[in-house]
Amino acid sequence: MIETDIIIIGAGPVGLFTVFEAGLLKLKCHLIDSLPQPGGQLTEIYPKKPIYDIPGYPTVGAGELVDNLMEQIKPFTPKFTLGESAVTIDEVEDDKFIVTTNKGTQHKAPIVIIAGGLGVFEPRKPPVEHLEIFEDKGVEYIIKDPEFYRGKKVVVAGGGDSALDWSIFLVENKIVSELSLVHRRKSFRGHLDSVQKVMDLADSGKINLITEAEVTGISGEDVVNGVTIKHKTQGEFTKECDHFVPLFGLKPSLGPIGDWGLEIEKNAIKVDTEAYTTNRPGIYAIGDVNVYPGKLKLILCGFHEGTIAVQSAFAKIHPDKKNVLKYTTVNGVNGF
Amino acid sequence: MTEEENMVKVYIIDRDDVKHELDAPTDMSMNIMEVCKAYELPVEGRCGGMAMCATCQCYLESDTELIDQSDSELDMLDEAFFVEDNSRLGCQIPITKEIDGITLRLAPEGN
Repeated sequence: MIETDIIIIGAGPVGLFTVFEAGLLKLKCHLIDSLPQPGGQLTEIYPKKPIYDIPGYPTVGAGELVDNLMEQIKPFTPKFTLGESAVTIDEVEDDKFIVTTNKGTQHKAPIVIIAGGLGVFEPRKPPVEHLEIFEDKGVEYIIKDPEFYRGKKVVVAGGGDSALDWSIFLVENKIVSELSLVHRRKSFRGHLDSVQKVMDLADSGKINLITEAEVTGISGEDVVNGVTIKHKTQGEFTKECDHFVPLFGLKPSLGPIGDWGLEIEKNAIKVDTEAYTTNRPGIYAIGDVNVYPGKLKLILCGFHEGTIAVQSAFAKIHPDKKNVLKYTTVNGVNGF
Repeated sequence: MTEEENMVKVYIIDRDDVKHELDAPTDMSMNIMEVCKAYELPVEGRCGGMAMCATCQCYLESDTELIDQSDSELDMLDEAFFVEDNSRLGCQIPITKEIDGITLRLAPEGN
């Protein structure tokens, strides 16, 4: 069991900066994030995009901002559980919470701050009939272990780098017995090298390339044995296969946060702006995941919310201790 | 210019086939996705307007001449679901005088 002062769910910019403000109050933090790296949307969706509304930075790259935040919180030695998503929050003795992830990792603390942004990143699922019935029965959205596909007939769908690169990998390493790549358009917009390689493999008959087509249905008894493909001009036909792997990237969804007994409004957690508290004492929500009158989904507003929340968290953890606001210009940053 | 001169009409057909007439300002650097949200139409705009999700996808139903699609819009539409030849991302259509009277139909949810 991991024990800390504050469990922060979400390691995006707001979660990261909250570590700094908590650190100034000598509170230790542990962050949980479903992505394999810190930074949230900034790292996952738009690392190269410039941001213009961070005070003091006329412009800063999203990835660069995350790097700077990691540097800024280093003195406070935050710990991370990455690549795992928080699934449950249970209240236990001594007014503490246990947060458990999808992989069973448990974290215990008196305070939980949800900085979950848009939620957990999940695969984008194409609108294919009966798709969900066949999940883990021949339909996979992520290729975890390529060996799983050894000797199998696989249909990959998608036109991005992930679909191209996995198709190349599975064929070049002679893992699959047959690979079909289905893409809605004639051309691909992935990396030029990958596109060329796929074209070459298609020309030599190693990839069965089906463009201007979409997978519209799945067939099988208990497991997948084929997919229906609809071609723009040639109509529908069936393709025999053991696996259907749609690779259309990730999208965020609120996920299990919606089941934690928190008041939800407009797909976000309702908070009181005095300290960004939720309806469950000891659980706070900051950044894009919360909602209140006048809410603006801005990183800089999230920084403010985290700063206020940890002051309240301090008072809850140390009800008998006096605390006054200290300026870093006076005291510097004293790490752990 | 008077306030009225800075307004154009935008027609949005929602997923229940209801047509909404919206007044959109040309001087606020807004786009179709933002105007829909301002009128509380069911447009998610998850990525905030960076052409990085397709939750503001719509179909152009009028013969309005639009600016060319950017590479990032084409990239996103390449990966999106329910795409038709007249698909556009609402966030990539700026509100300008030229689009006055445009009619757009919201694409299904699920992107």
